[in-house]
Amino acid sequence: MSKIHVTTKVNGDEVEYLCEPRETLLDCLRDHLDLTGAKEGCGTGDCGACSVTMDGRLVCSCLVLGAEAQGKEIATIEGMAEDGALHPLQRKFIEHAALQCGICTPGILVAAKSLLEKNPDPTETEMRYWLAGNLCRCTGYDKIIRAVMDAAAEMREAS
Amino acid sequence: MSVRTPLPHDSAPLHVTGRARYVDDIPTPATCLHLAFGMAQIAHGRITSMDLDAVRSAQGVVQVIAGSDLDEIPDCSPSAEDEPLLSDGTIHYLGQPVFLVAATSHLAARRAVTLAKITYEEATPLLTIDAALEANSRFEDGPRVYEKGDVDQALSSAAHVIEGRIEMGGQEHFYLEGQAAMAMPQDNGDMIVHSSTQHPTEIQHKVAHALHLPMNGVRVETRRMGGGFGGKESQGNHLAIACALIAHRTGLPAKMRYDRDDDFMITGKRHDFRIDYRVGVNDEGRIAGAEFTQMTRCGWALDLSLPVADRAMLHADNAYHLPAARITSHRLRTHTQSATAFRGFGGPQGVVGIERVMDHIAHALGLDPLQVRQRNYYDDAFGAGVAQGGLSAPPGPPEDISGTKKAGTAHKLSSGTGASKRFGGAHSPEPMAGGAQTTPYHMEVTDFLLNGLTEKLATDCDYAARKAAIAEWNAGQPVLKKGIALTPVKFGISFTLTHLNQAGALVHVYADGSVHMNHGGTEMGQGLNQKVAQVAADRFGISPDMVKITATDTGKVPNTSATAASSGSDLNGMAVKAACDTIRDRMAEYLATEHQVKPHQVRFADGMVHVGAEEIPFAEAANRVYMGRVSLSATGYYKTPDIEWDRIAGRGRPFFYFAQGAACSEVVIDTLTGENRILRTDILHDAGSSLNPAIDIGQIEGGFVQGAGWLTTEELVWDETGRLRTHAPSTYKIPACSDRPRIFNVALWDAPNPAETIYRSKAVGEPPLMLGISVWSALADAVSACGPNYPDLQAPATAEAVLAAVARARG
Repeated sequence: MSKIHVTTKVNGDEVEYLCEPRETLLDCLRDHLDLTGAKEGCGTGDCGACSVTMDGRLVCSCLVLGAEAQGKEIATIEGMAEDGALHPLQRKFIEHAALQCGICTPGILVAAKSLLEKNPDPTETEMRYWLAGNLCRCTGYDKIIRAVMDAAAEMREAS
Repeated sequence: MSVRTPLPHDSAPLHVTGRARYVDDIPTPATCLHLAFGMAQIAHGRITSMDLDAVRSAQGVVQVIAGSDLDEIPDCSPSAEDEPLLSDGTIHYLGQPVFLVAATSHLAARRAVTLAKITYEEATPLLTIDAALEANSRFEDGPRVYEKGDVDQALSSAAHVIEGRIEMGGQEHFYLEGQAAMAMPQDNGDMIVHSSTQHPTEIQHKVAHALHLPMNGVRVETRRMGGGFGGKESQGNHLAIACALIAHRTGLPAKMRYDRDDDFMITGKRHDFRIDYRVGVNDEGRIAGAEFTQMTRCGWALDLSLPVADRAMLHADNAYHLPAARITSHRLRTHTQSATAFRGFGGPQGVVGIERVMDHIAHALGLDPLQVRQRNYYDDAFGAGVAQGGLSAPPGPPEDISGTKKAGTAHKLSSGTGASKRFGGAHSPEPMAGGAQTTPYHMEVTDFLLNGLTEKLATDCDYAARKAAIAEWNAGQPVLKKGIALTPVKFGISFTLTHLNQAGALVHVYADGSVHMNHGGTEMGQGLNQKVAQVAADRFGISPDMVKITATDTGKVPNTSATAASSGSDLNGMAVKAACDTIRDRMAEYLATEHQVKPHQVRFADGMVHVGAEEIPFAEAANRVYMGRVSLSATGYYKTPDIEWDRIAGRGRPFFYFAQGAACSEVVIDTLTGENRILRTDILHDAGSSLNPAIDIGQIEGGFVQGAGWLTTEELVWDETGRLRTHAPSTYKIPACSDRPRIFNVALWDAPNPAETIYRSKAVGEPPLMLGISVWSALADAVSACGPNYPDLQAPATAEAVLAAVARARG
């Protein structure tokens, strides 16, 4: 099976890889670009552990083909901290103990950042329903919501 | 002081940047093979033919192995050697691995698996409790029975006898990280295995057995899991053994991770239970005698079903004193996945049984369910609320439900400059004056505190007024109905297999004062490593960031028990403390001699070593001791004192102490659809003197939500052929962000553990799961508001089940 050559931008950097037509973007990120922050929790777009953004839109990278990334801009958890400085969401997750095993954390952070870019002042209900596609089996979600709401408040103040 | 501080999880900075490495994230050599199982497509029968030619010739496939290709099929069972890695020709459940594919990629292996052509001679599978009972298909010779007092007499003379049946479903662990393992071949046929497991020693043991190596030929490393919940206590054996087998045969590294659907189909889940009950009560709802018959589907193999079923029996009383009791347990063998450990380990099922009884008594006698519960509680230990006399360590004041945690009031530990003697000897709670009440397994309950705790929670969450307001609200609502319930948990802490209650640790202090810490426990998100690192830092009087947390490694600490039974920080905290104290004593002795003072005049605090009048930075002290040719490395060991248990007789003291708590939940149901929401939950939970309140509250919140999920939306459905139809998050609903209670208040009952545990803390992993029962009980309360009849709500209380119960209530 011939492979497809893909040129795309990941976290601002131009990258290229060869992938099989059936390979997912998630597998391309993990296996070809060594970006293992996005995780496979279900492979069917139901758990959100593989969340990334493609041209600014939140997607489950397990439901996107690697070949579809051609010419797009992908943002993953690895690009969230800038120049070593944690994003407010990342800081607040640590501060609020909003994580336990940590495997859902990258996806939740990417999803929360995506919401705050669209809506810097979400209600708690909006936040909860936006994140309903990101499953966490450890925390019970309360600290996650508190961390995101706190980060949103801080980001509003800073802007 | 580093203990009792709400420090973040040690890996938090890695988690939030995506840099925390799980097994599937470890960079693999280019030659690494990827594995997948081919699974049986019938639930019971024999394989009549297996054509794997197309599998073998598929792109990327390197090796294909069926059971018949092996001289000896490796065993994967943690208990009874009854789980062959691949079917020996007999099929025991739909999903059973029958062949193994090794290919150049995960995708290639999974694709190749689908090309197999297998024919079967089908037999009738035993899928249900009734079918298994009828066929007398069971583990052990017959039912186990624990008995106390004359139950028949108590029932025949009781004013009221209430009987019924509660069926509760199982639960899929749904650890977000599926099962995964990787094996790397070494010199002389030795093997290194990376495994997402709660039990590295078991993986080592089973891989060594499979490869005919001594245990010293296999080293297993576990840095972290993406969730475990009991599902990685034994269920990772298959992957590790498969990887080791392929690595051994090919000389290449091998990795295996289950796709989520395969994980559901292959691995065991929480045991589902049916409990029949008969209780005799007086007019006040006080129980005179209770009889429980517990039946559980263990699935096809023994796995851990015996201790799980035992623990269900041991929690049939939960928080209630049963003057006479008989608990009968049937462990049924069925052609389904082999049910396994899941947070609570049978305890939750036992507790649901009696919580259901409390609600049933209240409904039958027209009493408030909370009042019935309180009337049947064990007596509190002295100082815990109700003065009954006896305990030597009165607890500190509880906190306000909404308050932040106060500093602990626990006992100071020994200064530690003396001999590093074992801490936690025979100092568990003393028997109460005049004899304590006993459990149905004849253990005295001497540390009960739920009377005071319940009173405090009921007051803080305004139970009585809200209950009245709900009744008034319900009277005016034709469609929506609210319900409220306050339920307790008392959970026994210790492995019931007594020899497992031991742990080891290895601690090094380097000449620059940095500390390397290792112990036998595994990190699955529960914050064990952080809590134990805080213990180590406290022993040396240094900052926790000076303590390096390292991967669990069978080469460093041998013969460990699974990180299970909530025992992680109790056991490993003590073992690490012992190791640290050994080193600290050596340092103190050397520095004391050098300064001509007594060793007890050497203190370790605030990053300094105080030797008489002199203060030496810890790093400098370590270097001096090293220069003085004193070893700065030590092992530590701990075994839980004061426990002994005869599981056949059902007598003894299986638990070192009880962890307790209570939750009050308010729900609303839609009587037209059965749809429901949790409106508010208040929790007061006993973690002793918490080692880390942030981490412990996280365990409580997560446990509660997971327990509520088990009893509400998480429904496992097998069809009549034995195929599990709920095999992914698309069909199996765990709680999501939108399901959490609208109002959620969680506080710690901050009182030191009377038993001498590490810094007087209490285990907190499993007990909070049972706080979720308050949601189910509140749903039953809401349904009861719909009509005069007993609604007989079963579990899980899915919208469908709630709707059916509404109909029953209306009659």
